[in-house]
Amino acid sequence: MAAAMPLALLVLLLLGRKGWCLAEPPRDSLREELVITPLPSGDVAATFQFRTRWDSELQREGDTDHYFLRYAVLPREVVCTENLTPWKKLLPCSSKAGLSVLLKADRLFHTSYHSQAVHIRPVCRNARCTSISWELRQTLSVVFDAFITGQGKKDWSLFRMFSRTLTEPCPLASESRVYVDITNYNQDNETLEVNPPPTTTYQDVILGTRKIYAIYDLLDTAMINNSRNLNIQLKWKRPPENEAPPVPFLHAQRYVSGYGLQKGELSTLLYNTHPYRAFPVLLLDTVPWYLRLYVHTLTITSKGKENKPSYIHYQPAQDRLQPHLLEMLIQLPANSVTKVSIQFERALLKWTEYTPDPNHGFYVSPSVLSALVPSVVAAKPVDWEESPLFNSLFPVSDGSNYFVRLYTEPLLVNLPTPDFSMPYNVICLTCTVVAVCYGSFYNLLTRTFHIEEPRTGGLAKRLANLIRRARGVPPL
Amino acid sequence: MLDEPQEQAEGSLTVYVISEHSSLLPQDMMSYIGPKRTAVVRGIMHREAFNIIGRRIVQVAQAMSLTEDVLAAALADHLPEDKWSAEKRRPLKSSLGYEITFSLLNPDPKSHDVHWDIEGAVRRYVQPFLNALSAAGNFSVDSQILYYAMLGVNPRFDSASSSYYLDMHNLPHVINPVESRLGSSAASLYPVLNFLLYVPELAHSPLYIQDKDGAPVATNAFHSPRWGGIMVYNVDSKTYNASVLPVRVKVDMVRVMEVFLAQLRLLFGIAQPQVPPKCLLSGPKSEGLMTWELDRLLWARSVENLATATTTLTSLAQLLGKISNIVIKDDVASEVYRAVAAVQKSAEELASGHLASAFVASQEAVTSSERAFFDPLLPVSLCGMDCLFFCPISQHSTLMH
Repeated sequence: MAAAMPLALLVLLLLGRKGWCLAEPPRDSLREELVITPLPSGDVAATFQFRTRWDSELQREGDTDHYFLRYAVLPREVVCTENLTPWKKLLPCSSKAGLSVLLKADRLFHTSYHSQAVHIRPVCRNARCTSISWELRQTLSVVFDAFITGQGKKDWSLFRMFSRTLTEPCPLASESRVYVDITNYNQDNETLEVNPPPTTTYQDVILGTRKIYAIYDLLDTAMINNSRNLNIQLKWKRPPENEAPPVPFLHAQRYVSGYGLQKGELSTLLYNTHPYRAFPVLLLDTVPWYLRLYVHTLTITSKGKENKPSYIHYQPAQDRLQPHLLEMLIQLPANSVTKVSIQFERALLKWTEYTPDPNHGFYVSPSVLSALVPSVVAAKPVDWEESPLFNSLFPVSDGSNYFVRLYTEPLLVNLPTPDFSMPYNVICLTCTVVAVCYGSFYNLLTRTFHIEEPRTGGLAKRLANLIRRARGVPPL
Repeated sequence: MLDEPQEQAEGSLTVYVISEHSSLLPQDMMSYIGPKRTAVVRGIMHREAFNIIGRRIVQVAQAMSLTEDVLAAALADHLPEDKWSAEKRRPLKSSLGYEITFSLLNPDPKSHDVHWDIEGAVRRYVQPFLNALSAAGNFSVDSQILYYAMLGVNPRFDSASSSYYLDMHNLPHVINPVESRLGSSAASLYPVLNFLLYVPELAHSPLYIQDKDGAPVATNAFHSPRWGGIMVYNVDSKTYNASVLPVRVKVDMVRVMEVFLAQLRLLFGIAQPQVPPKCLLSGPKSEGLMTWELDRLLWARSVENLATATTTLTSLAQLLGKISNIVIKDDVASEVYRAVAAVQKSAEELASGHLASAFVASQEAVTSSERAFFDPLLPVSLCGMDCLFFCPISQHSTLMH
């Protein structure tokens, strides 16, 4: 089961981001995409994206734009089909046609990584943004493990991954495509062979590196007619050289250190592996109220020296009402590790607020890092509407950097828990002691002794003595 | 036909008696029922004039106002089974508001590209009707289009008419599979009424609904009490001539809304009036609802609300009587007093004929009684952990004797 990665289900509602819309988008209704990326370790990653767009009659006056950000996160959710079924219901052709036939719960949850998201946002229809369309984007990413799902074999196909193949496009989709990442294997068919051979390829700079994708278009009638179904197969001709995957320019880690159940320290490590460019990162931290942060202990160090953030916003927590909110803009020097640490004290909760005994502990939500990372390869700004969906979730107008939002891992902390069996123990002990002392004392005071005459035995005894005298045996 | 005088008070009825030879009514008609709480009865010069005219007035009044079967339908939930025939339709339960959902089901988007102007249709046909009904509650309307939504039943082929049909016995099984995809009942405060428009797939076109005699139903629709209605819309076979799939289908909203509005009236229990013989019934106004029909609905609703409120309060009293150690919060007690006062007020207003205030009071009675009943009550235990303290002592002392 997907035990490795807990699911962070996040819905971000952003109203009024003027800077993100470029030209006027045409009125399409549904676009769907599947991106298959074979990884050097033999695993394969698959990402589904579905975008639905519809026009809204909401007319906005040009001057009133309000920025409302509500942020809510559930750090731990056990992933199961109950998450997938309502997600699938939002798709018009759910499970009957198009790419959504591949969404089978028993295969999707038999993976080592599973992530689902729903993004809803308004998109401007004209330059002045007086009329808007609403966009609903659903993404689902899974990583199939070579050893667990693949049983050691490194050949993948759609049938092996999803136990289904593609038969027909969704009649409501204006675009329905499968992209396969063949960046490192395009030159020769010696390492990786993709079957059926693709007719078109797509080249672009994605996340700062140049990538090549093979395209399979379901709406292209020639694609499906040949064999009635499309089962894309990936065969490794030569085992891939186990080169380590390239390290991303920005990555982060977070952990809790300290000992005991009173204090601790929360540390976040931000890595900038770019050889010569420094860039700023926006760090958003929400820490629950029961970890009382001491903001005067906040230290940020890069390369051994103190690093002062150019912007800090801190909102202290109120017990049982709201968590701590810490937002900072930190400049990460090139090729460095920046450590952000803050000390905290663990609070004692009211006795009704503790979770039942068999519990993990309390979860702390991950921090969110947003940054414009400089890319090595300059990308030409593409038409946002024409580019594939996986390239347009965070579009940028300037080709020299790309937008990235990272989530660190959620943390697990233990809070000092009182021993809830003590009231029972105290009552038992006290009752026993009082009963023994009081009872003994009472007996001493009120017990009286009488002398009793032994009674002559009953009829049975007299009969027995009679028989004994007859036998010559001494009487009872 | 007649110029309406001033607005009538709610719940009242005005009957005009005209002379025998007046030309206001056509010659053979004896009475006329108007759309706004007025009626006209033809007088007569006869020995038994008063009796005859009286009978005619009584007939007209019975057609326009509260009768026993309307009351019985309203109190359907509270009457024992034998007094109430289970086959009679049950109207919707009285509630503070209703949510109406119009859904277009397209099981075959490869063949049919269906478009419906639901917003315009709601604005033109449904909203005026709901505005006329606004005294009975808050209404909200929404709509959706569902694709690949099949009916749970396979229709049978009738070779005589080369069409498919759904038998009357199959109809109850149609609703369940679709209901899971409609999806609105979980997230709404008020009861939901679903109206589905089903465009059958190309393989099962045309599709008709047959009644128990085997004849196709004229409107090709059926409704389920307390749930909603389903209408089957067959695509005209002439549109397939072009033979390019999918064909574009533009739904005729007038035909569809006629059926849905008629079903909405039936669901609310606004039945066709029992017109006495030789009586001319004026058509309803453009909203589709006559004012005295609304009055009848409000009367029935007030009585139903009173019955529900009294039942709830009685159950609460019985429950409290059985459990002796319950702590009742102050606000629960005040809700109970308010409910009782509202019930009494509503009964008084009904007796004196003030319909509007009686209905409002009865709604308040129901809300207060439900709030009082469903408030979480805190049990207070008189014998708890303290017992543990005394038990060992009593045990120990009995042992020592």
